[in-house]
Amino acid sequence: MAKKTTKTSSPVLPDPTEIIEEILAKYPNKVAKKRSKSIVINDPEEKSEVQANVRTIPGIITQRGCCYAGCKGVVLGPTRDIVNITHGPIGCGFYSWLTRRNQTDPGPEGENYMPYCFSTDMQDSNIVFGGEKKLAQAIREAYQIFNPHAIAIFSTCPIGLIGDDVHSVAKEMKAELGINVFGFSCEGYKGVSQSAGHHIANNKIFSNVVGLDDTIRDGKYRVNLLGEYNIGGDAFVLEKYFEELGINLVATYSGNSSIHDFENSHTVDLNMVMCHRSINYIAEMMEIKYGVPWFKVNFIGAEATAKSLRKIAEYFEDEEMKAKVEEIIAREMLEVEKALKEVKPKTEGKLAMMFVGGSRAHHYQELFTEMGMETVSAGYEFAHRDDYEGRHVLPNLKVDADSRNIEELDVQKDEAKYRQELADKKAGLVEKGYTFSDYDGMMPEMKKNALVIDDISHWEAEKIIEFYKPAIFCAGIKEKYVIQKYGVPLKQLHSYDYGGPYAGFKGAINFYNEISRMVSATIWSKLKAPWKNEPVLVGKFADAPY
Amino acid sequence: MLLRHTPKDSIERKALTINPAKTCQPIGAMYAALGIHGCLPHSHGSQGCCSYHRSTLTRHYKEPIMAATSSFTEGASVFGGQANLLQAITNIFEIYEPEIIAIHSTCLSETIGDDLNQIIQKASDDGKIPLGKHVIYANTPSYVGSHVTGYANMLKGIIRYFPEATEKKTDFINLISGWVEPSDMKEMKRLAKMMGAKTIMFPDTSDVVETSLDGDYKMYPKGGTTISELIASGNSKKSIGIGTWATKEAAIALENKCKVPFALTDVPIGLQATDRFIQAVAKAAEISIPDSITNERGKLVDVIADMHQYLYGKRVALWGDPDQLIPLVEFLVDLDMKPVYIVTGTPGKLFEQKMKEILSEKVPEAKYKAGEGADMFMMHQWIKNEPVDLLIGNTYGKYISRDENIPFLRMGFPILDRIGHSYFPTVGYMGGLRILEKILGLFMDKQDAESPETSFELVM
Repeated sequence: MAKKTTKTSSPVLPDPTEIIEEILAKYPNKVAKKRSKSIVINDPEEKSEVQANVRTIPGIITQRGCCYAGCKGVVLGPTRDIVNITHGPIGCGFYSWLTRRNQTDPGPEGENYMPYCFSTDMQDSNIVFGGEKKLAQAIREAYQIFNPHAIAIFSTCPIGLIGDDVHSVAKEMKAELGINVFGFSCEGYKGVSQSAGHHIANNKIFSNVVGLDDTIRDGKYRVNLLGEYNIGGDAFVLEKYFEELGINLVATYSGNSSIHDFENSHTVDLNMVMCHRSINYIAEMMEIKYGVPWFKVNFIGAEATAKSLRKIAEYFEDEEMKAKVEEIIAREMLEVEKALKEVKPKTEGKLAMMFVGGSRAHHYQELFTEMGMETVSAGYEFAHRDDYEGRHVLPNLKVDADSRNIEELDVQKDEAKYRQELADKKAGLVEKGYTFSDYDGMMPEMKKNALVIDDISHWEAEKIIEFYKPAIFCAGIKEKYVIQKYGVPLKQLHSYDYGGPYAGFKGAINFYNEISRMVSATIWSKLKAPWKNEPVLVGKFADAPY
Repeated sequence: MLLRHTPKDSIERKALTINPAKTCQPIGAMYAALGIHGCLPHSHGSQGCCSYHRSTLTRHYKEPIMAATSSFTEGASVFGGQANLLQAITNIFEIYEPEIIAIHSTCLSETIGDDLNQIIQKASDDGKIPLGKHVIYANTPSYVGSHVTGYANMLKGIIRYFPEATEKKTDFINLISGWVEPSDMKEMKRLAKMMGAKTIMFPDTSDVVETSLDGDYKMYPKGGTTISELIASGNSKKSIGIGTWATKEAAIALENKCKVPFALTDVPIGLQATDRFIQAVAKAAEISIPDSITNERGKLVDVIADMHQYLYGKRVALWGDPDQLIPLVEFLVDLDMKPVYIVTGTPGKLFEQKMKEILSEKVPEAKYKAGEGADMFMMHQWIKNEPVDLLIGNTYGKYISRDENIPFLRMGFPILDRIGHSYFPTVGYMGGLRILEKILGLFMDKQDAESPETSFELVM
């Protein structure tokens, strides 16, 4: 059992050395050695290094999924007007069918294939003799039935092994049908987590979709929001702010998104990056090729939202927009403060921990801080060192065998479409101290002694719950009911437990109320049957012969 | 409209499956393994498989579903997964301390040709399996059969390993459970107990995937068939396989291995299938059927008679697994309803044969299809051409239900958006009553909501 109990925050977080030792003691030597590098006591002064984006050890119960999940499920899934065909046995398509809560609004007549699952349902004969013909036929059938603007193909594990060339099939079909058809080599075994799939998705979207439509859309300012997946309607909240500010949001990668917007997305004046992990590649490539600068934003948390909105207005150096931003912030903060006043008596001083994704475990700390809660431990499921320590570590990152297999596109400046004026604008702002292409990561913002764990295992989660006894644990569906059996409520930060939105000011208020509800639910005090505390005598009485 | 692109007119599809009525083998193997006490399922493949299966089962049960994975990388996919699996076995026994590891393969490890039997033998030879601990396996290539096949294959894996025949036969009977809910397994045990039969049920997920919340997490909950029960099943006097697709091969394997003769019966959904189940148990255990059972049966008959007017002639579309669909369709026919469209992605010629037997006389217009290409998209197109009054199937039916305004009864796997299936059975006579209650509730709620004020009824 726990050696220490900490139920409320204190100025200094407890030193978790002891619990790390306990965790590692259970592991076989090799495992302990490897895991010890991914379990780090934070020290913002010392800039600790954390091992991340490395293989999960076989047999360890991990949160992680696969490359296919990152490519099809995360990045491409939320785009409503692409027919996404999974090439493989039925399972992968089935499990990624509507299971992420990317909301979309196609309007009454618009295209929306998201409620459909398309699969080549490969059989053993296809594995033996190859599945290219079946794939080509499946694409024809999809075209015949749905007549979509684009069809994408997603490779599952066996595809690479049996040597099906999805890219040549895509090319042939593109020629035959006259629509955009592109394939992803996102076999599940690639890389070490979903992260590889994000990268593969970014590459292909960039090379086969971005830049196809050069139309300059309306509006004084045009931007993209990258890495916002519209879980629970987050993007809908943010879209309203941009509208109010007179900014034309061309494309959101990928939430409430359309391939038509992706095709046009290189025409913007700015890329804003929400989830750095899953989408920074496109931001980088777009800057090299088209000269569009990017910076990191965060709309999770009221303060973070205010900060991000100000940053955008400063970028455009538009006084009217700056005034509008202040107006929005003043208006929304009234509600935010009112909500905080109500929830704080229930939340203040309580401990939270979060292990999820590649940016949420960082972003959501903002919301907990606003509620007066302390994040004592956090980690990502599939992030890289730069998401923990900041992009300054990028030049020092070792490229191991698993990452080397993920293609790095050789992107060149497009002389015809490159926006020199944006590059000049960026240079001018940099001189004034404005930062671009920036991300400081999670760790600098966490307190000393906070416990950072990358790719947390079931055993580690079990031990830190005993140690910290948190008021709330944030993770995903696989962890949800495990953690709750301990009597600790778990908030899902992938699916939001079917709630939300949590982005922006309105979202922050939703989140405060949700966490306040969760940490104060009556049922957590009723877990033990009342007779469990009664004296033994009662038992003897019941045993007496009648 | 959510499924706004589904046209009324269909074309013949040879390659594209849309909105499948099945998923892949490994998830079935994982579910079956959870029905063994102290067992940790292990997925030999990429991490994604294990993650997807755990997520789906977790959403279906709202319970912890634990399983480990071999975490294949590209290297393992090229050089074979032996090193990953050996490492996994060591780590699992050391860290998570199960009694049994139940390994199932995936399309990845099957395609590269990993030999699970040989790798496990090597683990044993290398001393990686602690004394008294067990490693069992099933080959579950995702490109063959469906999730039901995976369940069946894991049962075979269990039989291959545990049951032992000694000289002395017992008077126990084996109930080899098909893929049903823990509530259903509990109900089948209750009925058998009521009859005085001594039973060993496997697998048995009751008290594994619907456990109590008391502040202490137990990685291996108290439920599940125990190792000693599994060993003893080799001495039982008879086995009953409940559901042909899920249990036939296991029943045959047990007969071959331990000379335990078997009978197959349908999953006891509805009146007649429950009758047959009761009779099968009575015959196997050589006991008579008590009046208490007859009394339960009579209650179901009573309600059917009472409520017949609301059921008669109602058209139903169903999708799911053969072992459920066959008795369920039979039950609907007994209610004088019209199951007109039935699809299952799980292959098997027997399905169409059974459907023909049940439907040809009373519902000659019925359309049914099994296997590759039998998907919900096709069924939806049938519905668009001639509508139905009721949908019965897994959660994915909610999109059709909403678009077409058709009442929808959730049955099957997975159910991601409602609770109850873990706790309230749909098997046995009382389970039949629950199905009836639900169907009637759906029809009557619709009538109450939509009937003109002039004909709004108080008593129904």
